[in-house]
Amino acid sequence: MAVRKPPITTREYWAPGHAACAGCGCAVALKLGTKAFSEAMEEKYGDPNAFAIAQATGCMEVVSAVFPYTAWKAPWVHVAFENAAAAASGVEAAWKKLGRKGKILAIGGDGGTADIGMQALSGMLERWHNVVYLMYDNEAYMNTGIQRSSSTPYGAWTTTSPPGKYSIGEDKPKKWVALIAAAHQIPYVATASVGNPYDYIRKMKKAAKVDGPAFIQVQCTCVPGWRVPPEKSIEVTRLAIETGMWPLFEIENGDFHNIKIQPPGGGAKVKREGGRVVAIEFKKPVEEYLKLQGRFKHLFKRPEAIDQLREQIKATWKVLGVDVTLPKPEE
Amino acid sequence: MPVRKVMKANEAAAWAARLAKPKVIAAFPITPSTLVPEKISEFVANGELDAEFIKVESEHSAISACVGASAAGVRTFTATASQGLALMHEILFIAAGMRLPIVVAVGNRSLSAPINIWNDWQDSISERDTGWLQFYAENNQEALDLILIAFKVAEDERVLLPAMVGFDAFILTHTVEPVEIPDQEAVDEFLGEYVPKHAYLDPAKPITQGTLAFPAHYMEARYTVWEANENAKKVIDEVFAEFEKRFGRKYQKIEEYRTDDAEIILVTMGSLAGTVKEYVDHLREKGVKVGAAKLTVYRPFPTEEVRELAKKAKVLALLEKNVTFSVGGALFQDFSRALINESEKPRIVDFILGLGGRDVTFRDLDEVMDISKRALAGEEFDEVNWIGLRKEVL
Ligand SMILES: Cc1ncc(C[n+]2csc(CCOP(=O)(O)OP(=O)(O)O)c2C)c(N)n1
Ligand code: SF4
Repeated sequence: MAVRKPPITTREYWAPGHAACAGCGCAVALKLGTKAFSEAMEEKYGDPNAFAIAQATGCMEVVSAVFPYTAWKAPWVHVAFENAAAAASGVEAAWKKLGRKGKILAIGGDGGTADIGMQALSGMLERWHNVVYLMYDNEAYMNTGIQRSSSTPYGAWTTTSPPGKYSIGEDKPKKWVALIAAAHQIPYVATASVGNPYDYIRKMKKAAKVDGPAFIQVQCTCVPGWRVPPEKSIEVTRLAIETGMWPLFEIENGDFHNIKIQPPGGGAKVKREGGRVVAIEFKKPVEEYLKLQGRFKHLFKRPEAIDQLREQIKATWKVLGVDVTLPKPEE
Repeated sequence: MPVRKVMKANEAAAWAARLAKPKVIAAFPITPSTLVPEKISEFVANGELDAEFIKVESEHSAISACVGASAAGVRTFTATASQGLALMHEILFIAAGMRLPIVVAVGNRSLSAPINIWNDWQDSISERDTGWLQFYAENNQEALDLILIAFKVAEDERVLLPAMVGFDAFILTHTVEPVEIPDQEAVDEFLGEYVPKHAYLDPAKPITQGTLAFPAHYMEARYTVWEANENAKKVIDEVFAEFEKRFGRKYQKIEEYRTDDAEIILVTMGSLAGTVKEYVDHLREKGVKVGAAKLTVYRPFPTEEVRELAKKAKVLALLEKNVTFSVGGALFQDFSRALINESEKPRIVDFILGLGGRDVTFRDLDEVMDISKRALAGEEFDEVNWIGLRKEVL
């Protein structure tokens, strides 16, 4: 019987035995991400193991490195919450001096990247360290029990953005860290999603192969934080792409005039000009994404808030140079 | 052959770093230690030091990068002071807990507010519970020597703890003195190459560093830091002895000066020790039975040596450029702790002085002596005394 080659290496760096929740999208992001990284190292340096990881405090750290156990089969170091980028800078500098070939992978959650770690991230990118920074974006501080971050989307419930008589939930639009990273004019910036694993793997490999810094913001589900059933974890992130909530794009060398947009799927109509995506007509309303998750439940009693969210999505796409139309659900 | 050059303590620290050959240096400027990274970047630019110099965007990232580099298995160094050291605070615990032998040069400076760039010891004293070893230099030569010694002690397998070496803002950082720069070969022989067995990020033998520990293991991890601090006491003596053999300069955890037959001993650290020794000479000429003692090592705290010192005097006068609220100075607490269960103990009088760069003059020391003499005579005395306070501006 012919055995099909697996689509990605069977080598594991994020090994079974970690303590993440069933259905954790971020665990998927780390598992696939490190596999892709390893493939890139093999292709670039002839050594699949030619990398080390520096990771920030957060959910993915505490579920993977509980003394005396570890889920990591790659050299891995955790220092603190806000300094994965700075620690990675040090590791990279040491490797340079040791004459070790390979690349450093820095990993942080949205809190450890978009908020408290922003300064260290900017410094690392600006200094041009040979590091890929992977921001796994579960859109809140999950490790401390679901508090909002600057990456929490508008309208979302968290324990510090509770909906109430005077509150709609999170009342600020999401901060797009990928665009801030791209402003450093680094070789490679991308957004990705565990809802589109092939695209994520491709981007991770590309990031790992560039010389110099790269940044990937990957959206991944948090089951308790988003209040989604574990079995819907991947489906919900796919819906984020298909409804326009999560744009997938790449920016190389900070060239904002040449943002590469990935077509969203889900029946969306894509209009191009000279190969470039200029307009997208989404077919699935954002409500399809929202309704799978408890964190947006309260919005359905306040339809004007969903309209507000639609406006924000359009604004984000506009920054990316794309005109979008977002449908409302059929009555 | 060693050469003698006239230089500031900041340059001496940069020279120490150059001689120790760290592979990674990450630093951020702050007065008064700015010259250290400047000088190091010159060494690197001229090919005199073969290191990666990371021009980080903050002290927090400086120490974080040092932790990353040290975890990857290389010798690392940085320099800072005051607010910069305070910004590192969180990561100082982490460096000690991860047992990474990073060395930091500290140009001892006061802490805000009010903002003040001059000397006292509050910055490094405030970090006394991080697990770091602490050395204090009396002069520029000591600044250079103690950094080399700090590397050797920190990297000893019985220790494996980070170390900071303090030297007083401006009084040393910006003042030139003749300094003997040891031979590179001699330093190479003294320090050897750093080859860690516990910290490395090698894909050939992947390990996980900086883990989470549940209550079942956390306390043990803290205990090993405690134990390593205890071990460092012996290691420091050994390294001091070896340093003396190789380079001819003698160091002791507590250096005594004219303490034989002294009734009152003035105890201090850093550059103030120089002033105090001169003051002792001055009083000895008048027949006053007074001596001086200098703490070269503050962490690990030299408890045994303090007990020995205490046997020699009826009054220990502690001269401190730092404050521990409700207590006095940190040394007062440390000395009291060291002596509390001794059956015979001297009276301890604490003096807070010289904060924020205020000069400590002989007149101030006369005041110290007056109070100490009262204590010696069995009269009432205040345990904590602020010397040189300008009451008119209060
Ligand atoms: C300086 C500091 N402040 C706060 C914390 C507490 N803390 C640890 S992880 C965390 C949130 C992590 O959120 P994120 O980076 O989004 O990762 P996630 O837990 O969602 O995976 C917080 C607030 C800390 N460890 N350090
Ligand atoms: S709390 Fe959320 S992010 Fe953390 S392991 Fe569970 S699903 Fe993953």
